[in-house]
Amino acid sequence: MFDFFKSPVLAVQEFYFLAGRAIRNVFRRPHYASDVFLQMDIIGVGSLPIVATTGFFSGAVLAMQMAKALRQYGAVGQTGQLVAITLVRELGPVLTSLVVAGRIASGIASELGSMKVTEQIDAMRALGTDPIQKLVTPRLIATCVVLPLLTIIADFVGIFGGFLVALFMLNLTGAQYWNNAWQALEYLDITFGLAKPFAFAFIVALIGCYFGLATTGGTQGVGRATTQAVVASMLLIFVLNLFITRIYVSL
Amino acid sequence: MTDEQEQSVLRFDDVSVGFGDVEALRDLSFEMRAGETCIIFGAAGSGKTVLLKTALGLLRPDAGSVSVFGCDITGLPEQELFQIRSQIGVLFQEGGLFDSLTIEENVGYPLLNQPSLRCPPEQVRPRVEEALRFVELEHTLEKFPSELSGGMRRRVGIARAVVTDPPLVLYDSPTAGLDPITAYTIIALIVKERDVKNTTTVMVTHRYQDGHFLANFRYDPRTDRLEPSAASGAGETRTRFMVLREGRLVFEGTRAELEASNDPYVSKFVRRE
Repeated sequence: MFDFFKSPVLAVQEFYFLAGRAIRNVFRRPHYASDVFLQMDIIGVGSLPIVATTGFFSGAVLAMQMAKALRQYGAVGQTGQLVAITLVRELGPVLTSLVVAGRIASGIASELGSMKVTEQIDAMRALGTDPIQKLVTPRLIATCVVLPLLTIIADFVGIFGGFLVALFMLNLTGAQYWNNAWQALEYLDITFGLAKPFAFAFIVALIGCYFGLATTGGTQGVGRATTQAVVASMLLIFVLNLFITRIYVSL
Repeated sequence: MTDEQEQSVLRFDDVSVGFGDVEALRDLSFEMRAGETCIIFGAAGSGKTVLLKTALGLLRPDAGSVSVFGCDITGLPEQELFQIRSQIGVLFQEGGLFDSLTIEENVGYPLLNQPSLRCPPEQVRPRVEEALRFVELEHTLEKFPSELSGGMRRRVGIARAVVTDPPLVLYDSPTAGLDPITAYTIIALIVKERDVKNTTTVMVTHRYQDGHFLANFRYDPRTDRLEPSAASGAGETRTRFMVLREGRLVFEGTRAELEASNDPYVSKFVRRE
């Protein structure tokens, strides 16, 4: 009767098992430092252009929309404040994580999935290496380090995009915009603005690795794993964001 | 028979392995002793690869036990299995080479990563070159697997399997998808490895010719060729044949017994002249 639930429950169990081993391996030898730096380059530097572009246009559009709403109250001067708060608290972390999820979770799932179906994962185990230690943990560490950094960049570029709109379309001065934006931010905003991408990094890296390592069924399976990784990581980012925001608003 | 030959190298006791509702191996029992060659025939999906992966501890049996070199590996944690696996060479069906690493890095991988081997870095390159010379691919050190043909990738796979001089080597369908000439080259290398290093060999295949060469030919170091074992004067190879059908062992015996079998399924793996 409950056979329908077997598969998803097993998947959740396997995911937690993978996550537990990946996190435990952070503190266990051997450490693959070169793999960590390689992944930081792929995930961090590789995602920089798309993250910066997304942040810039989000900030610019945000400034236009906010200015339109604020004009009704004669408070266009507050645009910088709203742009900064919205970006640092919500849009920066979530949009950056979604963009990175689309790019990285899919990349990880397809890479590991291809290794799985061509027996490279089995070969790795047969030749004395724990695939979780060698493949999952470096990707987890790298994502946890670079996603908050990418968010900082996205926040800044976004606020800068808002500044350009404020300067050329809303006729605000630079000092007015930046002072307004700077004073609006509190330490708690920045703390949660960075805690979110750190938490989302676990989702992006581990979901990508989980679906990659669970791949079956040849090249078709790799495609399926890639799609599932992107969809699942994006959905989980939205869900987790709700819970983290709930904690934030209750403080 | 010497003590060394008496030693049990691989033993399956009532092993069953399943994936969901599908049982890939059912109540499988057999034992291999040092220096033996075991050829396991079976059609696609008969459980050949699962058997090898179970022997390596890559898959855990649902029932029964697996012993390698006298050690029960059935419940061993992954970290302890590395010690056992360092004594087993394996050639995966498609070679299982790491496509992001060069041939040199691929072949040197077990030397650098097997925790129990800890090969000094300065010894890695000479040993890799020696293993690649064995398969006559010493000129491919800097290449990537994607730059090699299918047959060359299998040969690199053999080099990686034997670079640590393991006493037990497992070959998973080493000639699948290869043309007859390349297949012969691969089989010749397997016979050479077996006879030069006196390794215990397990090969799963669906090709009669592969088993025929392993059972009836020996490597002659003087001519660097395979010679019929009767003619080489080295005596008969200690070869056993097994046939798997839907995860069950339906035949186990010598070549003569295999050829005398009247079972229609078993007969598929025997070439009738």
